[in-house]
Amino acid sequence: MGARSSMLQEEEISEIHKETGFSSNQIVRLYSRFTNLDKSDQGFLRRADFLRIPELAINPLGDRIVHAFFQESGGDTVNFRQFMRVLARFRPVKKNTQKNKLNDREEKLKFAFKMYDLDGDNMISRDELLNVLHMMVGANISDEQLGSIADRTIMEVDLDKDGYISFEEFVKAMERVDVEQKMSIRFLN
Amino acid sequence: MGEHFLMAALSLLFLPIIVVVTLVITLATCGKSIGVRKWYVDLLLRIFEACKVKVQVANPSEELDNENDEEVSNETDAKADQIIEKDFFLSATKGVEKPEWRSSKKDFELSDVLYFSKCGMEAIIEDSVTKRFSAEELPSWNLLTRTQKPHQFMSVRLTALWCVGCFVRYVILLPFRLMIAIFGVVMLIVLTVLIGYLRESSLKRKLYRWASLVSFRILCRAFSCVIRYHNRENMAKSGICVANHTSPVDVIILSCDNCYAMIGQTHGGFLGVFQRSLARATAHIWFERSEARDRGLVAKRLRSHIADPNKLPILIFPEGTCINNTSVMMFKKGSFEVGSTIYPIAIKYDPRFGDAFWNSSKHSYSQHLLELMTSWALVCDVWYLPPMTKLENEDAVAFANRVKSKIASRGGLVELDWDGGLKRSYVKETMKEVPQEQYSKILKVD
Repeated sequence: MGARSSMLQEEEISEIHKETGFSSNQIVRLYSRFTNLDKSDQGFLRRADFLRIPELAINPLGDRIVHAFFQESGGDTVNFRQFMRVLARFRPVKKNTQKNKLNDREEKLKFAFKMYDLDGDNMISRDELLNVLHMMVGANISDEQLGSIADRTIMEVDLDKDGYISFEEFVKAMERVDVEQKMSIRFLN
Repeated sequence: MGEHFLMAALSLLFLPIIVVVTLVITLATCGKSIGVRKWYVDLLLRIFEACKVKVQVANPSEELDNENDEEVSNETDAKADQIIEKDFFLSATKGVEKPEWRSSKKDFELSDVLYFSKCGMEAIIEDSVTKRFSAEELPSWNLLTRTQKPHQFMSVRLTALWCVGCFVRYVILLPFRLMIAIFGVVMLIVLTVLIGYLRESSLKRKLYRWASLVSFRILCRAFSCVIRYHNRENMAKSGICVANHTSPVDVIILSCDNCYAMIGQTHGGFLGVFQRSLARATAHIWFERSEARDRGLVAKRLRSHIADPNKLPILIFPEGTCINNTSVMMFKKGSFEVGSTIYPIAIKYDPRFGDAFWNSSKHSYSQHLLELMTSWALVCDVWYLPPMTKLENEDAVAFANRVKSKIASRGGLVELDWDGGLKRSYVKETMKEVPQEQYSKILKVD
């Protein structure tokens, strides 16, 4: 049984609720999931704990998704608060509810941007784009062909012609994409 | 004076215990039951229902939800541990299961990462595999500490009931069960040793059958098992039987009704003594750890065993490891290469009375047995499915999957393609190839 992590306090639940917008029922269930993943029972997750999930391990972008959690925590462990903050970005956007700053369109786009921008310099370079393409197709498409796909994409999206895709250009490119639907997970109450 | 009183009290206590234990053993020997366990199980069910109401009342926030969805209450019970509605399912053999991915080719778009991101996030929140390796979550509490949810509110009445439950289980039931279990094990060893001295004959086989049934029935009572057998006409008399695996106790459950030969690795210590005495009385297949790697050798021994009509049907668990009884995982093809006729058996435990799953990363073997003996009871259904034969153009893997499907649908278990070995090991890097190939096929390339 967990040493320190067995009970989630009321104050913590309400703090997380304020920060992320999840209901207390959802927070408790997600906490249960967090503790299930935390095999070493230390109250935080390491990279290995994520990659133990087979469906994530075979996801071509699995490593990048896991990396997003560690970017949030800034270290090599993820505690429950940081875990929830990342998950909060996938909360659906409901009209007429209190606007929570973590799950609005901009935050969702920032998450998608981070999938490409590995070095965190707020620019997607041709190499970074190539890296992601390569992760998604494996060995099935040649580097040359991937290169031309990357070049075409940059040409279409790079408005100030500096050879990089900035966050603003990224947002513009995704204008017609239904980000709210594609980056929202249907949480049950 | 005080001494005499104490002695009298103790002997008075002992008498009913001895009477009960003797009664249990006699009944087991005759193969009859007076229905005590069934009555006990019904009583427990009624108590659980009463507690469920109390827990709901104690949680005022939940009460409001209940008022609004009374008709959906059964559904929500089943979905109690679901956190999200998934849009993506990623499997190692089929890739991403999403209809839009089978449509015609498209250009690469920056938004393509969104698919994989969402899929990955959904897997982090809820995945179909890791939850099979830990105990099933119960929709309503059954008064066992180990299944208590961390956020559950406990009224004073519930706590009192739980205390009573603890007392009953640890102080009253456990000693009884231990005594019966020890008696059963000793009896099995003694009988098999004695039978082992006989020469191979039909008398020896009959005696072994009787001895095995009696001993395992005693052991069944040691766990307060209530077992319902279905379709006993499909029971195997020889050949290969396969079943889904939840705990080592599966062997006891199945051996109460039919006599099986077993296959497994040789162990040291007490289990080794057990294995050796069993092997003297009838043919089992025990192989060394080193031999286990030589699959050809094991297959050869299997083949010669099932070719002999005088040998008992051999019981195999093709998952290779214990799964938590909510799903059936990949069946290893080994046993499906050897025999062409398989007798499938589905086992489903009722989780309300105790968790039968052996989480070998959390509990040792003896801890697991202790957990079982301090649960309320072990209630399960066993279905004997009609024998299945490998078709002409079917390979072992396809045959194994076919049998697995039948077992899963009979037992009401989820069918999964994943390897039970993932309990202990990580996914191989090469498994990414299927979703990668899938995606590259729909990309337009110049």
